[in-house]
Amino acid sequence: MAVVFEKTKGLTEKETHYCPGCTHGIIHRLVAEVLEELDVLGETVGVAPVGCSVLAYEYFNCDMQEAAHGRAPAVATGIKRALPDKVVFSYQGDGDLASIGTAEIVHVAHRGEKITTIFVNNAIYGMTGGQMAPTTLIGQKTTTSPLGRDSNLTGFPLRMSEMLATIDGAVFVERVSVHNPAAIRKAKKAIKKAFEVQLEGKGFGIVEVLSTCPTNWGMTPVKALGWLEENMIPYYPLGNFKSPEEAK
Amino acid sequence: MNEKFIFAGFGGQGVMLMGQLITYAGMFEDLEVSWLPSYGPEMRGGTANCSVIVSDKAVASPVISFDATTAVVMNLPSMDKFEQEVEKGGKLFVNSSLIERKSEREDIDVYYINANEVANELGNAKAANMVMLGAILEVTKVVTPESVLKALAKIFGTAKAHLIPLNEEALKRGAELVK
Amino acid sequence: MAKVLMKGNEAIGAAAINAGCRYFFGYPITPQNELPEYMSRELPKVGGVFVQAESEVAAINMVYGAAGSGVRVMTSSSSPGIALKQEGISYIAGAELPAVIVNIVRGGPGLGSIQPSQSDYNQSTRGGGDGDYHLLVYAPANIQEMVDLLQEAFDKADFYRNPVMVMGDGMIGQMMEPVEFKERPEVDLPPKDWAATGTEGKRKPNVINSLFLKPEELEDHNIRLTEKYDAMKKNEQQWETYNMEKPEIICVAYGTTARIVKSAIDTLKAEGIEIGLIRPILVWPFPEKAFVELPETAKMFLSVEMSMGQMIDDIKIVNQGRLPVEFYGRSGGMIPSPDGVVQKIRALLGGAK
Repeated sequence: MAVVFEKTKGLTEKETHYCPGCTHGIIHRLVAEVLEELDVLGETVGVAPVGCSVLAYEYFNCDMQEAAHGRAPAVATGIKRALPDKVVFSYQGDGDLASIGTAEIVHVAHRGEKITTIFVNNAIYGMTGGQMAPTTLIGQKTTTSPLGRDSNLTGFPLRMSEMLATIDGAVFVERVSVHNPAAIRKAKKAIKKAFEVQLEGKGFGIVEVLSTCPTNWGMTPVKALGWLEENMIPYYPLGNFKSPEEAK
Repeated sequence: MNEKFIFAGFGGQGVMLMGQLITYAGMFEDLEVSWLPSYGPEMRGGTANCSVIVSDKAVASPVISFDATTAVVMNLPSMDKFEQEVEKGGKLFVNSSLIERKSEREDIDVYYINANEVANELGNAKAANMVMLGAILEVTKVVTPESVLKALAKIFGTAKAHLIPLNEEALKRGAELVK
Repeated sequence: MAKVLMKGNEAIGAAAINAGCRYFFGYPITPQNELPEYMSRELPKVGGVFVQAESEVAAINMVYGAAGSGVRVMTSSSSPGIALKQEGISYIAGAELPAVIVNIVRGGPGLGSIQPSQSDYNQSTRGGGDGDYHLLVYAPANIQEMVDLLQEAFDKADFYRNPVMVMGDGMIGQMMEPVEFKERPEVDLPPKDWAATGTEGKRKPNVINSLFLKPEELEDHNIRLTEKYDAMKKNEQQWETYNMEKPEIICVAYGTTARIVKSAIDTLKAEGIEIGLIRPILVWPFPEKAFVELPETAKMFLSVEMSMGQMIDDIKIVNQGRLPVEFYGRSGGMIPSPDGVVQKIRALLGGAK
């Protein structure tokens, strides 16, 4: 019988700990498939963050290093500088990348480190139980914005991709989503492109992936996908903000 | 021997170099040496100073605190600051080209050296520190001028080697001032 | 090799390169700036890498990353900067990676001053980061010893798979002394087969990590780490003694302060007053072996420090209540003078009569 579906070699046999309906699993799979398709699994070192994906090192079937909260880009810098011929990526959530690790992500782009960052933005702190993130939408209820995020008190959601695209060393910046199969296909294309940019030695690449958190949003997985489409995409527009052709 | 030198002046007068030359020369003569600069915001413009110890025993502390055997002051603020740091019976070398006042100390030997004027006569105002150093070497005999020239060759390298004859002449003129 | 005159901070850089260090991640802070400057100039000449990080926090995490790749890597900073690095140091210890951290100590707390100090004793020996861990902490007293011990530090870091700190002060960083780079014996070290360098499809993935969610696993990890620290305590104590035949007082001092104490001891000896010195060369592990047998003439210990007395606790622990422990120190960038130490000793002896 013809094989119509196979598990990617980029992921281990380990069952993930993610909540039902969480899109981390999809994003892991996309990254793993890309690494397999580019035939670089054996040459890759990944950096796991602190947050929901803290155990990513158990799922990716390549060498991995666990970073402190927000420091994944710095750890990845150390690895890439020591191993310039290897493929290095960081996998980070929005609390990790857009809050505690803003300095590290800005400066990994500023230095134009030849690494790839997968930035999973679900507008909330998942691992710690649903607190407000810098990316939480206005009016969105979280455990630390129980009446809904109020811009007077907590400012406006941070658009990291737009910000990073202004930095010359960031040569590939794209925001994608995984809320339906068409979006997932586009997301994979962007992730592949980001790794290709690294393989070509062009500079820093980041793919922001809009993601759901059914548990902390208090929704069913299906409803959460709809909420992402209706609320997140209007504030966080999808698309490419920078590609090597236009980078300086 | 346990000579403790303070060299002080403003940035650009070459006081750090004077200290380093004696330190290097001491090392070439198999003496124990240390060189300790002042550091911090004041380096960026105002006065600069360094402490140099040349000894026949291991240097205990590189810090000089009111027990300098010799202080070298190239400008007035340095004189005001370090005149009192010389121990009784010690020596004070004053750059009289830039410092008009006389030392208040009567318990030390004071040498007034018009270093800038002599350097100007040699055609290079920057050599004032070497004129001063020539006088210091002649009086203290801490190291030989030959060792200092060897040190200078090391610090200057090939790029500045052409300046060595001028510096050698400055050392000689400085020595003559105190003979 | 012939002696060369080098500034302490630059000698550290030269020693590191000599020891095979090719990766340096740093951030400017006085009084250690000549070290990153030296590395930025010299490392590219030997095929190495220098990165000026955006912060001390980032720098130590770059060290963590590079150490995970199995290379010899170093960072340097000064006290408030080391405080920022403590997070990363704990991760490096937890993940059992080799790295060398140089601390050119300045006065604190807070922004403190930029002048020499030894007020990072607690921060260095107790660990400023979270968890049960220790660093080997070298405290050289002159630039030659700094050069020799820094090279040893890299070997020990690899041997134990543990971060090693080399602690100086602003004085040793800034001063120039003659130094000789001696031939180093080859040390037999285990292969770094744990490094995350890519599987090349030939082995299972290596994971560099300090997370153990199961309590029993973390406890096992801690027990294993403690066995390692016990081995360090057994094998790595180093100290120097001076004039310890029949001292009335035993001074305990490390780093540049020990030089000042030696000078005071010589002055008093000329007057017939016998004072001894125990100088810890590593402050962790503290040289408790040096305190087992004490000369019968000794009446007390005197801890001399450029701090308000952070080493006293360790002296009291190894003293085990036998002798009084006195203290003389200067802080804030003030440096104890030999005369100050002499006066203190005279006062103590006068008081004892």
